[in-house]
Amino acid sequence: MAAPDKPLDAFGRRHRFSAFEALPWLITVGAYFVFPDYLALGAQILATILFALSLDLVLGYAGIVTLGQAAFFGTGAYTAGILAANGWGEPLSGLLAAAVGAAVVGFCSGVVILRTAGLTLLMQTLVVAAMLLELANKASRFTGGGDGLQGMDVWPIFGTFRFDLFGRTAYIYCAVVLFLAWLLVRAIVHSPFGRSLTGIRENMLRMHAVGAPVERRKLTAYTISAALAGISGALIAQTAQFVGLGVLGLERSGTVLIMLIIGGVGQLYGAFIGVTLYMIAQDRFATIDPVYWYFWIGLFMIFVVLFARGGVLGLVARARRHFGKES
Amino acid sequence: MSAGLETQNLCKSFGALPVATDINFRLEAGARHALIGPNGAGKTSFVNLVTGVLKPSAGRILLDGQDITHLSAAARVKRGLVRTFQISALFRRLPLIENVTLAIAERESLGGNLFRRADRYRKITEEAYALLETLGLAPDALRPVNELAYGRQRLADIAVSLGLKPKVLLLDEPAAGVPSGETGAIVDMIERLPADIAFLIIEHDMDLVFRLADRITVLVQGSILVEGAPREIAADPQVRQVYLGERRAQ
Repeated sequence: MAAPDKPLDAFGRRHRFSAFEALPWLITVGAYFVFPDYLALGAQILATILFALSLDLVLGYAGIVTLGQAAFFGTGAYTAGILAANGWGEPLSGLLAAAVGAAVVGFCSGVVILRTAGLTLLMQTLVVAAMLLELANKASRFTGGGDGLQGMDVWPIFGTFRFDLFGRTAYIYCAVVLFLAWLLVRAIVHSPFGRSLTGIRENMLRMHAVGAPVERRKLTAYTISAALAGISGALIAQTAQFVGLGVLGLERSGTVLIMLIIGGVGQLYGAFIGVTLYMIAQDRFATIDPVYWYFWIGLFMIFVVLFARGGVLGLVARARRHFGKES
Repeated sequence: MSAGLETQNLCKSFGALPVATDINFRLEAGARHALIGPNGAGKTSFVNLVTGVLKPSAGRILLDGQDITHLSAAARVKRGLVRTFQISALFRRLPLIENVTLAIAERESLGGNLFRRADRYRKITEEAYALLETLGLAPDALRPVNELAYGRQRLADIAVSLGLKPKVLLLDEPAAGVPSGETGAIVDMIERLPADIAFLIIEHDMDLVFRLADRITVLVQGSILVEGAPREIAADPQVRQVYLGERRAQ
């Protein structure tokens, strides 16, 4: 057999780390020193990137369209929050509990709703989140209901690193958790399992015809995604020391979807770009124009949909094709 | 010797409408067989029954002498019963080679692996490339399949199925939608299929059928009208009436 030629080698090497992938992490580290006054916002951005990353796994790779990702985010937030408000404030085990809790919700709802597709599935994901929201609202004895969960006491990480007022600990905590989660997601999407998710996204019928257990794959992806979303919710809860009903709301599911679309779906780094752009823009717009900031976000979205299909990463790819391939 | 694929008294009806009535069909190991019949004869339903998309109302399906009537579609694929599609069903935005590696990974039961095993993945890539080379598709290996000409896509469809190392291959109108000038490449590929693969070709194009098949089964209104060598079928007055004659009349 002839040795495969060079482009094929590149195909086989896609899973290796490239220099570009260090960029978000260099920025993460750099931002810590350059913007010491914005670390609280930074921590929120990092945790939300994890949320968007969890969505990218199901939407961008497995092609499962969902408007209910907040169900898992909220489950994680309330799990960590209720633990911390009831005498167990150890943050790492809180994260773990949140991941498990959200994964259970993801698995159980996935078993039921993943049989459907398209609009039906979209409605069902909405319904799952809405039901959990109502549950959290009614179970006010545990969740605080509409007033939010009060009295969380999150202990120092490893018993040493206290969550400080400036958000230094929170920032580093979120950065490390995001980094580990990113390594995990990256390994998954480049694994045979991850490639088979792409196959399911591209053509579910053919995936069945090559003998893949499509339903099981989707459920696995959905459960992992739920766990990651749960961790993200727990990070927000622990660093804010508060959980409100909004963690389960439709707005949160919708916003994270918008952020991911801005960045680029199904490319792993769309989450990083989209969330950062959106949340910084939101922060700036809210300062400059506290009343109409949502209008500016909307305008921004229209621009993305009209001119930047595939998000910022789509733009970058097109630019590279335009300028790079000529040589 | 047991047949590659066999159906015994296979029946299926949708409510009051029968689409398959007592079909007793044998596809010998390594056979080159064609299934023809006018529109609505139940050819597609037959394929769906055999591949497990539809559940039969009665009857049995055997692969290599083993009863597969109650196996899932995926389990049948694992045992070597593979189909291609009438309308190209490919992973359209993925490179051609990845269309094939996805199939090979499933055949090797690697698709559930959450954590990369690069060495085995590498082997799969090489196998896929070698397959594309033997089929003359290697130059397009890295192009997304939706950028290929439709005729090439039909070849890619067969390549994906061959990645599964089938024992029995159901070719559902492999030349459908392809300009007549480009069907030659498809015929070549089918003619050169390894001798240990039995194939059943479902096709409207009679020239294609007579070139490729050693044996022809004619399906009319959900049951087998007649079966025989191409020459017998061409001469059969019943067939001429319901099928060939009908085509001539058009």
